[in-house]
Amino acid sequence: MRARLAGFSLERPGTLDEALGMLAASKERLTLLAGGTDLYVYLNAGVARPGRWLDLWGLDELRGIHEVGDHVVLGALTTYTELRASELVRGALPLLAQAAATVGAVAIQNRGTLGGNIANGSPAGDSLPPLLAYDAEIGLRSARGRRFVPFDRFYTGYRASVAAPDELIEQIRIPLGAGSGSRACRFVKVGTRAAQAISKVVAAFVLGRGADGSIDHCRAAFGSVAPTPVRLRRLEQHVIGKRIDPALIRTSSDVLLSEIAPIDDIRSTARYRRFVARTAWQRFMEEIPGH
Amino acid sequence: MSEEGELTTIRCTIDGRPHEHRCHPLASALDFLRYVAGLTATKEGCKEGECGACAITLDGVVVNSCVVPAAHLQGRRVGTVEGLSRPDELSALQKAFLECGGAQCGICTPGMLVTGARLLEEGERLTEARIREHMAGNLCRCTGYGKIVESLLRASEEER
Amino acid sequence: MRLVGTSAPRAEGEAKLTGRARYVDDLPLTDFLWGLTVRSTIPYGRILSVDFDAGADWSGVTIVTAKDVPGKNVVVLLEQDQPILAADRVMHREEPIVLLAHRDRDRLWELASRVRIEYERWEPVLDIDASLALEQRLFKDDNVFKAIRIDKGDVEAAFARAARVFERTYETGLQEQAYIENQGMVATWDAAAGRLEVVGSMQCPYYVLKGLCPIMGLAPEQVVVEQAATGGAFGGKEDYPTILAAHASLLSYKSGKTVKMIYDRVEDLVATTKRHPCRTRIRTALDASGSILAMDVDATMDGGAYCTLSPVVLSRGTIHAGGPYNFENIRVESRVVATNTPPNGAFRGFGAPQTIFAMERHMDNLARELGRAPHELREEYLLRPGQTTAFSQNVGDDVYALDIQREAVARTRFEERRRECEEFNRSSRWERRGIGLATFLHGAGFTGNGEVVLDSRLKVEVTADGLVQIYSANTEMGQGKDTTFSQIAADSMGLPMARVRIITPNTARVPNSGPTVASRTAMVVGYLVQEACGAVRKALEAHAGRTWRDPDDFASLAAAHHRERGALEGWSRYEPPPGKVWDDKVYRGAAYGAYAWACYVAAVRVRLDTLEVTVESFDAFQEVGRVLNPVIAEGQIEGGVVQGIGYALCEEVKMKDGAMANANFTNYIIPTFADVPAVKVHFAERPYPFGPFGAKGIGELPMDGPGPALASALTHALGVEVNRIPATPEHLLELLGNE
Ligand SMILES: Cc1cc2nc3c(=O)[nH]c(=O)nc-3n(C[C@H](O)[C@H](O)[C@H](O)COP(=O)(O)OP(=O)(O)OC[C@H]3O[C@@H](n4cnc5c(N)ncnc54)[C@H](O)[C@@H]3O)c2cc1C
Ligand code: FES
Ligand code: FES
Repeated sequence: MRARLAGFSLERPGTLDEALGMLAASKERLTLLAGGTDLYVYLNAGVARPGRWLDLWGLDELRGIHEVGDHVVLGALTTYTELRASELVRGALPLLAQAAATVGAVAIQNRGTLGGNIANGSPAGDSLPPLLAYDAEIGLRSARGRRFVPFDRFYTGYRASVAAPDELIEQIRIPLGAGSGSRACRFVKVGTRAAQAISKVVAAFVLGRGADGSIDHCRAAFGSVAPTPVRLRRLEQHVIGKRIDPALIRTSSDVLLSEIAPIDDIRSTARYRRFVARTAWQRFMEEIPGH
Repeated sequence: MSEEGELTTIRCTIDGRPHEHRCHPLASALDFLRYVAGLTATKEGCKEGECGACAITLDGVVVNSCVVPAAHLQGRRVGTVEGLSRPDELSALQKAFLECGGAQCGICTPGMLVTGARLLEEGERLTEARIREHMAGNLCRCTGYGKIVESLLRASEEER
Repeated sequence: MRLVGTSAPRAEGEAKLTGRARYVDDLPLTDFLWGLTVRSTIPYGRILSVDFDAGADWSGVTIVTAKDVPGKNVVVLLEQDQPILAADRVMHREEPIVLLAHRDRDRLWELASRVRIEYERWEPVLDIDASLALEQRLFKDDNVFKAIRIDKGDVEAAFARAARVFERTYETGLQEQAYIENQGMVATWDAAAGRLEVVGSMQCPYYVLKGLCPIMGLAPEQVVVEQAATGGAFGGKEDYPTILAAHASLLSYKSGKTVKMIYDRVEDLVATTKRHPCRTRIRTALDASGSILAMDVDATMDGGAYCTLSPVVLSRGTIHAGGPYNFENIRVESRVVATNTPPNGAFRGFGAPQTIFAMERHMDNLARELGRAPHELREEYLLRPGQTTAFSQNVGDDVYALDIQREAVARTRFEERRRECEEFNRSSRWERRGIGLATFLHGAGFTGNGEVVLDSRLKVEVTADGLVQIYSANTEMGQGKDTTFSQIAADSMGLPMARVRIITPNTARVPNSGPTVASRTAMVVGYLVQEACGAVRKALEAHAGRTWRDPDDFASLAAAHHRERGALEGWSRYEPPPGKVWDDKVYRGAAYGAYAWACYVAAVRVRLDTLEVTVESFDAFQEVGRVLNPVIAEGQIEGGVVQGIGYALCEEVKMKDGAMANANFTNYIIPTFADVPAVKVHFAERPYPFGPFGAKGIGELPMDGPGPALASALTHALGVEVNRIPATPEHLLELLGNE
């Protein structure tokens, strides 16, 4: 480990209230520890911020997958393994289950959490495009109370969010109808290899059509093509009310390309990311049955 | 290992035996096992959660110990490769590794065995595809994986 | 019972399977310090000052700089250009400058960040072109560590009468060995006894010994080097361990304590040697009918900042550049040049994968150009008995190129599958399929007179209780040497394997049987095992006046020998096979005693929406003399093929400002279980008279084929020439040129 641990300490609250109290009382920003699959990479590499860490892992209040009213509610500590195993998630939110199955590999899926993926805020986070495509809301909790933020307004910039220093992510709430029924949907991950891979491009699409075949619902969300995961609203608007045909596939692809701003980095090139983002969309549209 | 800062006492069982050691709560579980408890069977390959050489089970769940804080071992059951065999007899999986050539340099082997043993415990009849998916977080640079797949298939047959 | 040829279980297998095997980081130590290296942060420049931040707590810290080197500050290898610690000048990023040791490992990284090094920066030379353009003079007058030329026939005349010339350039990138156990070493200097002991992860204990003596100013008798269980090496632990051993020794020498240095993955990736990048241009003179008149091959490798083993890597690369072909006229010119990047070194295949990639891709491109099937064109030129290689070695009867390719083509249904792929490609919207092959040879053992120079010796001892102990310096690093040596010895003595014991390679106990490199261990040293066993056997039989009936009888005869005549030992010493002559000046003759011959066939599926490549099947056919242990031999081939798949498709060292920018396992992408198919291995056996029970070396062979076979399969699938590896999706996109 490249970090000098003397500069770090760990608080282990027994209840959520205790944790919220510690957050409220602390002058410095506490580092929240969930499964640790991001934080330990930073710590071992010597790039974690020294200071006090607050361990959420023991807080069962933050676990569980439930249907509450017309929402699916996912505790922040829900792991990828739990997402994959949940009948509810597989049925109602298949893109999220599929995303979970592509994260790292088994040992990471057993520890990595949805809350951690969101809070870590990597533009390559694999669960994030499905959450955008499903109109998820992030339930933030502090000693001051609870508030919900639509996920597409959660990030304010590269790895920056609206969460205040005394807030933690308590849950993720998704409308039950978001992914279901006759809507076409697809999760696409293009990583550096078949497993244990960080995404070069990740995307989630949901598309619904009315009785006349025209598109009445569309979500197109991407990761790794901008500083934060993004919903391509212009693309979505462009296709609404239209029928799928080669012309629409072409014009919408142009809109897509104008709406993303990928970069060159050590994992891929901007050029490749643009290519993949476009073909992912094209192929999704082309393969929608009966178009 | 760190001898400074706020240390804590970690109590857990490792391969069925109770252990109690003082260490920093944020030391990785891997460093705790190797450098505090002196149990070196679990290996380090990357310290970034990527290679699986450090895989252990925590209450029966496979995790990469380099990305788990020692604090999370508190009160838990830890399983390493040392718990897979009895003193004088290899497990069916270990025997299969020996026969099929599942280990070459051996550095990935403890993690492979821990991860593979967990898969066998699920009790289903294994297929090559299932093995390749489940084991994908364990890197091996020597074998090219084929002999490890064979080892798991053989052990799975044997257990039936 | 015969053991050779059976899959006897791995000798050290049980220790590895139970977690009992001790790798260097597992050795129990008391009262020791951890060591750490402070490295340069610039690629090229003068060191102006080294300061230790007064604000940091330096108590209990051992500090070593170049000034503390008791002997000569030089890594003695082929040249003496590399210091063990940079003193006034740095030649590459991550060059070691200061060493620190402390009881508490946690403090070291922070302390390292408090060492302030000021530099005068010079403009670095970061690639082959800048080096050849002599933008800076890094090595002698021309930046060339070594240049080689091979000539056969009259190339100029052939080009003069050519109807046309076909020319292409091929590139292969850096590759990291990526053994899963990082480099590590423990050193203990005992001042009172004047003795230095080093234990660690390594391929060649005697290399480490030889390197340590001048640096530490010690005589060989004062230094003992021992190999710990080694978690993979692939060449990466051939030359580099000398450096790490010296660093640990310097810290121990100064502190008087045992010092342990274990690299973490990042340090291992940024600091240690990699496979040489190579650029090869091949020009072919063709006559009007499309027959090859001559080949003109020109290869340049990037050696990095210091010479290390580069000349030898270049040598093997150059010799293999002509492939398994009989070209009447061929010229190979090659050089390895200096750049301000970390030195490149040994890696399985040792230069051959680079040039074989070029030649095999070229043969494929030629076939495409001439409208011929890839195997057909090759068939015409593959070596036949009595023909000569590019370096004018008459292969006599020891040639199997044609047979192995024919077998591969037939058994993989190569022609049919080519047509099936083409059919598929005409109708598929989002996928393309392709199949490709590569035919090649790989020489086993040291090149030319290398084995004679090594003068390897090996000892076999029979103890009073009837154990056969093998004393050799060759190391087990996963390749199964302990097992194959045990099988050879057991069969030579007519005993079960349980009666054979391998002595841990420790320079105080074992003779120098040469390094564990160059596919030489099973073939060359294995033969020495057989011979030394023969000598012991003769001695014992002579003493007893008869041979033994069974192990117990053997033990009683051995006991009698010990009582009556004393210790019972047999020695062997390398003798070159008769009639093999090599001329190093003109690079002609018997480059190797034996070659393994191979043909690898790969089939791929490419997704057009992502350009991701799936390897659908991989068949490796090879003739290897005799298979000593099928499971171990298959394991060698499978592992090498998968390493080669990584080399071909995804392993890319991304260099930025002279350093590896993707130095971790998250971003240096090696294949996982999910990335590769089950590799199918097929052996043909034609015993080689100077290998143990007929065996030839195979350790490096599998690294040569996957690159060209996969690139050819991709070319077949996509219809564009893939002449550079790694052929990442990003690279394929560049080739296809669509946006
Ligand atoms: C080998 C490996 C492979 C990986 N592969 C993938 C992959 O394929 N796809 C992918 O998306 N990710 C991947 N990751 C990254 C990581 O696993 C995920 O981001 C994971 O979801 C993080 O969850 P965690 O609980 O482990 O987070 P932690 O490491 O515990 O925390 C991550 C961040 O979130 C904050 N945080 C955690 N929980 C909360 C909360 N409830 N409220 C507020 N803040 C919180 C932490 O303070 C920290 O900043 C990989 C990591 C590793 C080591
Ligand atoms: S050391 Fe933990 S995953 Fe590699
Ligand atoms: S056996 Fe060496 S890394 Fe797997």
